Amino acid sequence: MKYLLLIHMGPSIRDILSDAELEAVGAAHGPYIESLKASGEFVLTQALADPSHSRTVRLRDGVPAVTDGPFIEAKEYLAGYYIVDCESEARAIEVASQMPDAKYTGVEVRPIMFEGGLEM
Amino acid sequence: VSADPRVEDLLRGLAPQVLGVLVRRHRQFDACEDAVQEALLAASQQWPLEGVPESPRAWLVTVASRRLIDQIRSEQALRRREEEAVVEPAALEVPDQDDTLLLLFLCCHPALSPASQLALTLRAVGGLTTAQIAGAFLVPEATMGQRISRAKQSIKAAGGAFSQPPPEEFAERLAVVLHVLYLIFNEGYTASSGPDLSRGELTREAIRLTRVVFGLLPDERSGGERAARDRGEVAGLLALMLLTDARRPARSRPDGSLVPLAEQDRGLWDASSIAEGVELVSAALVRSRLGPYQLQAAIAAVHAEAPRAQDTDWPQILGLYELLSRLAPNPMVTLNHAVAVAMVLGPVAGLELLETLAGDERIAGHHRLHAVRAHLLEQVGEVGAAREEYRLAARRTTSLPEQRYLEAQAARLS
Repeated sequence: MKYLLLIHMGPSIRDILSDAELEAVGAAHGPYIESLKASGEFVLTQALADPSHSRTVRLRDGVPAVTDGPFIEAKEYLAGYYIVDCESEARAIEVASQMPDAKYTGVEVRPIMFEGGLEM
Repeated sequence: VSADPRVEDLLRGLAPQVLGVLVRRHRQFDACEDAVQEALLAASQQWPLEGVPESPRAWLVTVASRRLIDQIRSEQALRRREEEAVVEPAALEVPDQDDTLLLLFLCCHPALSPASQLALTLRAVGGLTTAQIAGAFLVPEATMGQRISRAKQSIKAAGGAFSQPPPEEFAERLAVVLHVLYLIFNEGYTASSGPDLSRGELTREAIRLTRVVFGLLPDERSGGERAARDRGEVAGLLALMLLTDARRPARSRPDGSLVPLAEQDRGLWDASSIAEGVELVSAALVRSRLGPYQLQAAIAAVHAEAPRAQDTDWPQILGLYELLSRLAPNPMVTLNHAVAVAMVLGPVAGLELLETLAGDERIAGHHRLHAVRAHLLEQVGEVGAAREEYRLAARRTTSLPEQRYLEAQAARLS
């Protein structure tokens, strides 16, 4: 089962952590990725640019309306994500708990929808 | 990978036989498996161009043995930097022996997680490449490669042996093998409605391997009562796969949406698969001790034999679910049992049976529970409650086509 691990970040965390601590979290992703590759569970990861780069697009009457900033105005934002392929939800939660960011912020674990199904 | 399906099929069948020869000769399952994989790749590139050699099996054994010895040599060179006597492969007498079963027992070693058992079985016994397996499971090739090599290390660490399990463990180990084949089938079947054909390949492979196991197990004449019992469940599983797969052409529309069993165009069902499945399960039910796969296959056979949905022999299905509930009780069986109860005794009786699942954590919040409850509530006329249950079911499923189907049901009741 594939899971999306969403790394949520809030400005308060950036205020609390020193630059060195933030850098350490970033650096710890290298070994973390390696451990996921070694366990055969790694699918994909991306870090996201700061939400100040975000543009939100809405099509209104056939005309795209583009606004600056993220879709949801909130202090918290999405900093990055992983896709992992784990045996169970329990294992996905364990993997999320090992993420360097989990110490300071929240990592959301969500199953990914798949393209098939039973005939019900 | 070879574009020639005949070469591909030939290689798949030979893969476990060649691996068996190498492991018997050199031990070292791990290194032998890598060498065979390389030989298969070489063959899939060369044979379509240069023609299939006279003895394909001997060719593969020779090439794989050379690769293995090259690898051992280079490792020895690395270790000691000195010339070591390496045993050359003896003149190519290839024992006429099929080691597929022994390899399956090894690949489905209880020390491995199901995901690892699946991956290793598909490569070492199914002869699929890492890239094909990765494609079927939609993960990067490197991830699948790592999963396979970890699986091989785990077998080594657990002391997994290339030998028949002792008699007292045989049935239990065979059950693990059958479960892995069942999971391979399901992975392919539940996912194969999408545009991705490589996943449908998994059902074909699961059926092929189950057929091989069925052919290799001693029958009741040569193996006695225990063999009859073991083989009965293999027949049951093979029949279940064939009968389920027979519905594949009817189970989804071209746009990928799901067609429920009652609405499927039965003319699209694969008649030859059904005939084979019905024959297998009928024979097994007569000769073997009853098992869960045989019962599930028997239920699928009753569905398959009804020319129209309204002709389905529900009392017989109900009887089979009662047996299955006693033999292998689990919440999913209870859920299907409730559907059969509703068909024979009415929706109220079905809902009563569903009530027994309330508070069962193994199925709490599962979309199938909500979907069945919705279906039965609609039948007793509680339309509002049914709509809510359909909505809940749609939210809970992680399958896109199922979600669309369930949302359409909720919308129909709005």
